[in-house]
Amino acid sequence: MNWFTKTFSSTIGRKIIMSITGLFLCSFLVVHLIGNLTLFKGDDGVTFNLYSHFMANNPIIRTMEIVLVLGFVFHIYDALVLTRRNKTARPVGYSENHPQENSTWSSRNMGLLGTVILVFLIIHLWNFFVPARFGGVAGLEGLDGVVIDNVDYDNLYLKVVQSFQIWWYVVIYVISMVALAYHLIHGFQSAFQSLGLTHKKYTPFIKTFGVVFSVLVCFGFAIIPIYFFFAA
Amino acid sequence: MDLTLKIWRQKDKNSAGQLVTYPLNGISPDMSFLEMLDVLNEELLVKGEEPVAFDHDCREGICGMCSLFINGRAHGPERGTTTCQLHMRHFNHGDTITIEPWRAAAFPVYKDLVVDRSAFDRIQQAGGYVSVNTGGVPDANEIAIPKTIADKAFDAATCIGCGACVAACKNASAMLFVSAKVSQLAMLPQGKVERKTRVENMVAQMDIEGFGACSNTGACAAECPVGISLDNIAMMNREYLGAKASSENVA
Repeated sequence: MNWFTKTFSSTIGRKIIMSITGLFLCSFLVVHLIGNLTLFKGDDGVTFNLYSHFMANNPIIRTMEIVLVLGFVFHIYDALVLTRRNKTARPVGYSENHPQENSTWSSRNMGLLGTVILVFLIIHLWNFFVPARFGGVAGLEGLDGVVIDNVDYDNLYLKVVQSFQIWWYVVIYVISMVALAYHLIHGFQSAFQSLGLTHKKYTPFIKTFGVVFSVLVCFGFAIIPIYFFFAA
Repeated sequence: MDLTLKIWRQKDKNSAGQLVTYPLNGISPDMSFLEMLDVLNEELLVKGEEPVAFDHDCREGICGMCSLFINGRAHGPERGTTTCQLHMRHFNHGDTITIEPWRAAAFPVYKDLVVDRSAFDRIQQAGGYVSVNTGGVPDANEIAIPKTIADKAFDAATCIGCGACVAACKNASAMLFVSAKVSQLAMLPQGKVERKTRVENMVAQMDIEGFGACSNTGACAAECPVGISLDNIAMMNREYLGAKASSENVA
């Protein structure tokens, strides 16, 4: 291995990758949430369908989509490698242990929370992304069409409305967003710590901002399925 | 006070161990935890049984030799306390106390409650020092060090290397120990000369020893008997990134 691969396969190097990809994925959440807010426009999905059409066809967005996938891949891969290493670092556990006295639950269960989020991500992509992107390909069911200003578009809005009529679907979404919130409450400030970005002046702000950010973003996402379930 | 002790007994490195229950009566609340174990060992000796092996040395909280995972906490339930400075008045009559050794792959159990912490020594040998040439004695205060830096370096230097950070960490990570040693020297002018090779080599040795990675749970700092702060870990990560990016070591 050369110095570069050695650096990023050390325990600290892997944590640095976790931090950078984690913060990048946070920025994705912001963009995704802002875009989703067009669902609340009250124009039967015209703005949302135009927005989703833009997201599916803009070359910059399509390029960033690849970067985003890489962000997830690296974040998940390093999480698996680190978890394995951490498990082997303590082959025999304690018969009595009270970690709640010295650390928060979310900080000790990032892997569990991340797994919940991953399962959610697969469900979420299968329901919305796959029909929108690959509908009609290889026998996959696509989306209904809709005409806006005499142009044909995919009606992703209709898919949203229909999906969130199903109560257990709404439950999965809300639970997943709670998991995401706890993942971020620890992860956001932890990323800055791993990157060594701590300072007496700024760290208290980063910690508070991280909690507010996590709760607001996840609340924003969770309110969408709840809104469409009760609006119907 | 009368107690029930559940103690990890293990014959040697290669044997399997198990928790053994011992009733212990007439313990004074003024005794230290280790004195309580001394009383138990006296009783075991009289009965012709093998006494419980545990590490201890100065019994003043400064040597870092004592350990013990007591009732699910490193160095027991009191914060900022080594086991030798933990007194029996923090327990109640009739309590059951579970005593286990530090648990980590890098700290194999030698016997009963004694673990091999030489992994820490090897990390120190990898770079936790300052090379000084022989020669005339330098003038005192010749090297100006700001008070704030001197204080921070001193705070890091208070680490006694007991291993409670590793014991408390869910990943058995040695990051708090290594970071205290790295940042203590990296902050001072004498240590800055070797700062890049130091952090590179110490982190590499830490990984070789098989300690886990840092999840930033903060359990280490919460259980540290001398209050080493998590700021040291952030500083070590900065040192490490900087060293890796700019050192001429390409291996």
